[in-house]
Amino acid sequence: MTPQIPQQAACSKCPGCEEPFESGDLFCGACGYDLSAVPRPPRERPAVASGTRVDWPEAPLVSEAGGSGVPATPQRPGELPGTDSGGRELPIAPLRPDRPDALPVSAAAFSPVRQAGSEARFGPAAPGGPVPGVPGPAPACGPGRAPGPGTASAPAPGPGPEPGWSPRSAPAPGPGSGGFQPAAPGPRVGGHPGGGSAGDDGRGSGGHPGGYAAGHPGTGPAAPPLPTQPCVACRADRVDPDGYCGHCGHAQPRERDHMERELSGVAAVSDRGLRHHRNEDSFAVSSTTLPDGSPAVIAIVCDGVSSATRPDEASLAAAGSAGEYLLESLPRGTHPQQAMHEAILAAASAVDSLAAGPGTAMEHGPHRHRNPPACTLAGAVAAGELLVVGWVGDSRAYWIPDDRSGPPARLTEDDSWAAQMVSAGLMSEAEAYADERAHAITGWLGADACELEPHTAAFKPDRPGVVVVCTDGLWNYAEAPREMARVLPPDAASRPLHGARVLVGHALDGGGHDNVTVAVLPFAMRRRGAGSA
Amino acid sequence: MADFPQANAPRFSIEVYQNEFLPEGGREVNAIVTVTSSGGGTTSGAPSIGASASAASPPGRPTGAAVVVMVDCSGSMDYPPTKMRNARDATAAAVDTLRDGTAFAVVSGTHLAAEVYPGGGRLAKADATTRACAKEALRRLRAGGGTAIGTWLRLADRLLGGADVSIRHGILLTDGRNEHETPEDLRAALDACAGRFTCDARGVGTDWEVEEVTAVASALLGTADIVADPSGLAADFARMMENAMGKEVADVTLRLWSPVGAEIAFVKQVAPTVEDLTGRRTEAGARLGDYPTGSWGDESRDYHVCVRVPEAAVGREMLAARASLIIPDRAGGTPRTLAQGLVRAVWTDDMAASTAINPQVAHYTGQAELAEAIRQGLDARKSGDVDGATARLGRAVQLAAASGNQDTAKLLAKVVDVVDAATGTVRLKARVAEADEMTLETRSTKTVRVRK
Repeated sequence: MTPQIPQQAACSKCPGCEEPFESGDLFCGACGYDLSAVPRPPRERPAVASGTRVDWPEAPLVSEAGGSGVPATPQRPGELPGTDSGGRELPIAPLRPDRPDALPVSAAAFSPVRQAGSEARFGPAAPGGPVPGVPGPAPACGPGRAPGPGTASAPAPGPGPEPGWSPRSAPAPGPGSGGFQPAAPGPRVGGHPGGGSAGDDGRGSGGHPGGYAAGHPGTGPAAPPLPTQPCVACRADRVDPDGYCGHCGHAQPRERDHMERELSGVAAVSDRGLRHHRNEDSFAVSSTTLPDGSPAVIAIVCDGVSSATRPDEASLAAAGSAGEYLLESLPRGTHPQQAMHEAILAAASAVDSLAAGPGTAMEHGPHRHRNPPACTLAGAVAAGELLVVGWVGDSRAYWIPDDRSGPPARLTEDDSWAAQMVSAGLMSEAEAYADERAHAITGWLGADACELEPHTAAFKPDRPGVVVVCTDGLWNYAEAPREMARVLPPDAASRPLHGARVLVGHALDGGGHDNVTVAVLPFAMRRRGAGSA
Repeated sequence: MADFPQANAPRFSIEVYQNEFLPEGGREVNAIVTVTSSGGGTTSGAPSIGASASAASPPGRPTGAAVVVMVDCSGSMDYPPTKMRNARDATAAAVDTLRDGTAFAVVSGTHLAAEVYPGGGRLAKADATTRACAKEALRRLRAGGGTAIGTWLRLADRLLGGADVSIRHGILLTDGRNEHETPEDLRAALDACAGRFTCDARGVGTDWEVEEVTAVASALLGTADIVADPSGLAADFARMMENAMGKEVADVTLRLWSPVGAEIAFVKQVAPTVEDLTGRRTEAGARLGDYPTGSWGDESRDYHVCVRVPEAAVGREMLAARASLIIPDRAGGTPRTLAQGLVRAVWTDDMAASTAINPQVAHYTGQAELAEAIRQGLDARKSGDVDGATARLGRAVQLAAASGNQDTAKLLAKVVDVVDAATGTVRLKARVAEADEMTLETRSTKTVRVRK
């Protein structure tokens, strides 16, 4: 039932060199260099008026300052032994896009690699920080990643042969990073397809072929219902302006109790669930246009930490500011992974600033008045061929290929007690998740987060699929990727809103013990709209 | 938080402290409602002489204040004679504290009530001349006769009722038992006067009944205290009058809305003193109940509201009570809402949330128990139940120590020998001064606010 045992799989042996991992290691000691796929320039949409092709700018190297930075060490072809992934056994879903305690690596790639027996597997994405001096084959996304035997029925798995893209290259420009050009001219001028449309915020919507739209659910924690509607509990027609029935006193549904948003290319649904009195989750979905005119779709999901004060405000602020940040930075040509990293930092500072805000002393619940507002965050950006995820806490992103014969995968690694126990090799996954401390999170956004470690990872799917970004209110009822894939309707790529509703319904059917928030973000390949399996 | 639009009028605000989380099947919601009025421009300090009361009052409403001082002139006031002299001096001090323009009268109380000044069923307007005349009239006060407090209150009510003012207040001094009328007579008088004026009551010496004095203060929403030493009367009267002069808004009512199917288990004022208001409810419409709070200056009071709501499923949220502070319209129109706070009920399966006790609720639950323990302990002591008295007063010592109510702890230490305050281990003192016991009894309802 649980094919995805990331830690164990990853800890057994390196996918590339079969070197055994040490317990607790989150990356191969032999070939642990950061694998950076330099994305090709995004495709242009037919609708894009400007035909200029704009290369991705570099993803800036992440500073080592802070102690945990992992520099995106440029690698040159031939510097490391090539990877012959074709004939090698790769771990089942060793998605280890990032070392949980590390700052983001630069763009990495994953690509299902067909093995004999035609089971697609994800190569490890960016297996962590560098271990200099230890040569070893790079994991699956090396240049030699050619379709293995038995791939006839699968979509072309490896972009490796394509010219103009070197999967082994870091985003940093360097010799051999063929085809990759940093966006030398100011991206806001040269790269903006909508040229003159750039408004004061640099993301003017009018001139963008695709435009952008942002959806931020909710406006406040206690938005009153329409006064004209009768009470949902007793049908009395006297509902007071503060949202309580003047007859039976029951709180009326609030705007955030159930929220839905659908844009072209992404949809999200959030629900209060059945056991919580308010929805402390939030989300933001939006789409914008990259400098080359191709679309970028954004989904952010946040889960307020209930043991903190005003968790609903925290999630709202985090989702909103992360979404806004991406809307600002992506059209400027910022590398999506870098943008995601910075968006998480922006969300964190937005949540931090709530701690000083009014009302800190207003919530008098004795068990929660000490903790400043806090929330988790998981986000995904589909930009061109690149799929970037970022997260802090235990909200997740899953990859569900449209062709369900391919394996689904979890793209994120929880900042949770259970995940730590498992990755440290102290407990089996079953043991860890059975423990009552399993869901205690070890990372969050909030003023009391001592060390914020935004995790990001970039993937390069080789086939169309759907990214499910969700809070634990959903994944508690479909933890394993295969379960998630089973629940997600086959036509999720073409009907993302329906897909999100079905997933939320699955959580509610299971008991709805927590708030449930799901964003469904179809990731199409070249042929736009080719979704259904 | 509604405000008075008028300048200089106090602003009221309500804060609610509660743990709104209930376990599955939970029904009882407790909340501390803190009401604060501020910005009235008058503090409890000495009023500036010459300041006109009418300047601070809203236009279109009666302005100013009227005060009647009721002085016990029963025969016992001459034993010792210093008592009568001190009562005269104290009344003079109170008259001196009257703000210019305040309507006032002095009543002498025996088994009958008589107007001392100005007489003729009228009130005088305070100024230098009337103050001097009033003090001159005080010299003619002689002790002699019985005690029928109800008659004093009824006369004060007649005098105050004729004044076109917003604040009506009485100050009552007695030194003896209410022997010349039945308790029912006094009760009837209190019922007749309740809501018509507020009244502070003081017992001088140790021959008066604590219950009678506290009943007057309680019914008429004023303060009660003991002035064991008659020489302390003047300062106490001046303080009381200052307080009365600081009142800005009269007839303020705490209005509670509760949902259908809910019942108000109790409503208590818990600070500055414990005062059970549960039985003082008057229905004010569907699911609305009014509880009197009297007149307000710059001050803050806390109320403990306990509501039993119909249970609801986990995840539901309900408004258990809406607490408003209103001024009823005497003409029957819409009352003016000064402030409002919400008491909520949220059902959760999070045990940590539902089992937590709000610190304010816990504190005032302890303060109310402290007052009750003192009352029961002193009753047991009077009836000779040494064990019962020791147990209850021991509990009181424990509660007073734990909550930091040092004034009450000091008073308790005059009645019992404290062996260990933390565990409430005490011994009854063999000899207790009557004044100490009466002081403890009178002040047992005084509370301290929660340490925040």
